[in-house]
Amino acid sequence: MEQLSVQTSEKQKEYLISCANVNKWFGKLHVLKDVTLDVKKGEVLVILGPSGSGKSTFIRTINGLEEIQQGEITIDGINLSHDVKDIEKIRKETGMVFQQFNLFPHMTVMKNITLAPIWVRKKPKAEAEKLALELLKRVGIPEQADKYPGQLSGGQQQRVAIARALAMQPEIMLFDEPTSALDPEMIKEVLDVMKELAKSGMTMLCVTHEMGFAREVADRIVLFDQGEIVETGTPEELFDNPKNERTKLFLSQIL
Amino acid sequence: MDLNTEVKTELAPTSPPGVKLGLGTWLRKKLFNNWYNSILTLVSILVIYFMTKGIVTWLLTEADWAVVTDNFKLFMVGQYPLEYLWRVWLSLVFVSLLFGLSAGVWKGTILHLSSVLVIVMVIHTLVPFTSTNTKLWLVGCIVCVIGGYLAGPKLPKQKPFVLLGWFISFPVILFIINGYGILPKVSTNVWGGLLLTLILSIVAIVGSIPIGILLALGRTSKLPIIKYFCVIYIETIRGVPLITIFFMSIFMFPLFLPQGLTINNVVSAMIGATLFTAAYMAENVRGGLQSIPNGQREAGRALGLNPVQLMYFIIMPQALRAVIPAIVGQSISMFKDTSLVTIVGLMDLLGIAQSVKSNPDYLGSIMEVYLYVAVIYWMIAYSMSYGSQRLEKNLGVGKR
Ligand SMILES: Nc1ncnc2c1ncn2[C@@H]1O[C@H](COP(=O)(O)OP(=O)(O)OP(=O)(O)O)[C@@H](O)[C@H]1O
Ligand SMILES: [Mg+2]
Repeated sequence: MEQLSVQTSEKQKEYLISCANVNKWFGKLHVLKDVTLDVKKGEVLVILGPSGSGKSTFIRTINGLEEIQQGEITIDGINLSHDVKDIEKIRKETGMVFQQFNLFPHMTVMKNITLAPIWVRKKPKAEAEKLALELLKRVGIPEQADKYPGQLSGGQQQRVAIARALAMQPEIMLFDEPTSALDPEMIKEVLDVMKELAKSGMTMLCVTHEMGFAREVADRIVLFDQGEIVETGTPEELFDNPKNERTKLFLSQIL
Repeated sequence: MDLNTEVKTELAPTSPPGVKLGLGTWLRKKLFNNWYNSILTLVSILVIYFMTKGIVTWLLTEADWAVVTDNFKLFMVGQYPLEYLWRVWLSLVFVSLLFGLSAGVWKGTILHLSSVLVIVMVIHTLVPFTSTNTKLWLVGCIVCVIGGYLAGPKLPKQKPFVLLGWFISFPVILFIINGYGILPKVSTNVWGGLLLTLILSIVAIVGSIPIGILLALGRTSKLPIIKYFCVIYIETIRGVPLITIFFMSIFMFPLFLPQGLTINNVVSAMIGATLFTAAYMAENVRGGLQSIPNGQREAGRALGLNPVQLMYFIIMPQALRAVIPAIVGQSISMFKDTSLVTIVGLMDLLGIAQSVKSNPDYLGSIMEVYLYVAVIYWMIAYSMSYGSQRLEKNLGVGKR
């Protein structure tokens, strides 16, 4: 396996996620246009862009929730092709957090978190539950393990969703507007968890409208518009010294 | 808890708790608040008065229940041979025990239903027309319900144990009643009365749910052959009246069978009823599947669950929970519709009623016969409906 390809293994060392010329259409709508992006291990990437620019679609191609028609995506050395086995491998490596939480309403918090570790990772139940409790502690709600999602506040639900994704011990965490469905007073508790996660060295891709978070936590910011990457840079470069007209327009609308 | 207190404080100024309307005010507000409601109220009172008067007079002076009491065994089990009647009783004892245990373990709804069962059995023990033998068996059943109720909470692993009991009860009871040659065989041909009605409906309901689930899944399949088979099956069955299905199953199934293999009418009716109900169950389940938001599928897939795990752990439990009311509704209507087998000549509860009524000894007792049969149907159908309403509440359907 090591000698499989010098090129990939070298690239792999540097880049955990590597997208090259990714194109995607919904019918005739060209939603991703030649997107090329590499993400290093431990990097925190924030994706900004106006509504409908293809941010969600892009982040969902990373774990195969959306198929791409052209281009290549490689995650941790695995090529995201149409092979079901590969997609399942990649889904073990990537955790995803959704805007609408998408917790399983018929299961307790504990069951929500341990389901995939037990059935996908084949962990013994006791071990999975121990890990789940640790994760609940980490996201600050260890006392809610036996409740149902419907009994929790939005902020608590989203933290459970983060714990559920982390329970698979992924290499990469994908966040699609994790705070957009939350009341203002709950946004902070979720962002705090994400900040802690970023500090711990997790590789993260976050679509968000929280500029404060982007500025504080992001190693790099990517700006999407009409399915294209318009500009990439550190928060300082992008916020204080934007080069592209479209970036300036977007920032003027949002700040 | 929080919610309750909030609601109370909100309502406090308009209707303080504990204050009830006086009778006069209540009458004025609810029944005579304007002229046309007053007329409606008066007319309704007259109609109710004459109906009640008629029924009560008939019940007290004219009704002759001999037709029911004399033919009690026929109504219950039809032509089931007397010497093997203990097998039906044994089954009833088993079911009573399960009811008792469930009542002890779950309390609530199943306790209410068990109480009704006990009351019905006590009444049948006390009335003069039942034989001593019957009374003894009934006492045994009652003891089992009560004993089960007391013992239930003391069992180790109560819930799985009782559920397992219900699960095996169906094949066990079929075996006890039929015998299949291990016990002397009592052919389904002679099953009748309430026994036949119940077994026919339970077979149809229990059999149709898994078939319905498979059909619903098949209908959403990506493989065209499976998909169109399911669509055609479901739409064909749903376009045909049940009675036609019964005629076809009884007169046509035998034609398809290989030489030498025969199938009796009761089994044909069971197959027909099951296949018929399955098509409706499939549509109910499909509705449930469609009601699950796409986010649930995505979350499951993002966690790496494979399609089977996704269906089994995430989609199906939620879908079935959402359609419990529809499934129970379908079950109730199947239970009542089994009475159509009378037309193809089977002796179910209604079939027995038909044949008893034409016996010259009981000329003029039509009312009693049908009233008795109607009450039995109603009690069972209402119990199912009541159980499902409570189940729905307990499972919190509608709340997500
Ligand atoms: N399943 C789909 N079928 C057809 N079109 C889609 C589908 N999903 C998204 N689109 C379209 O693709 C484009 C990009 O959508 P996407 O959800 O990726 O945007 P976004 O940047 O995440 O926007 P937002 O900030 O509103 O979430 C939009 O024009 C949208 O209407
Ligand atoms: Mg989006």
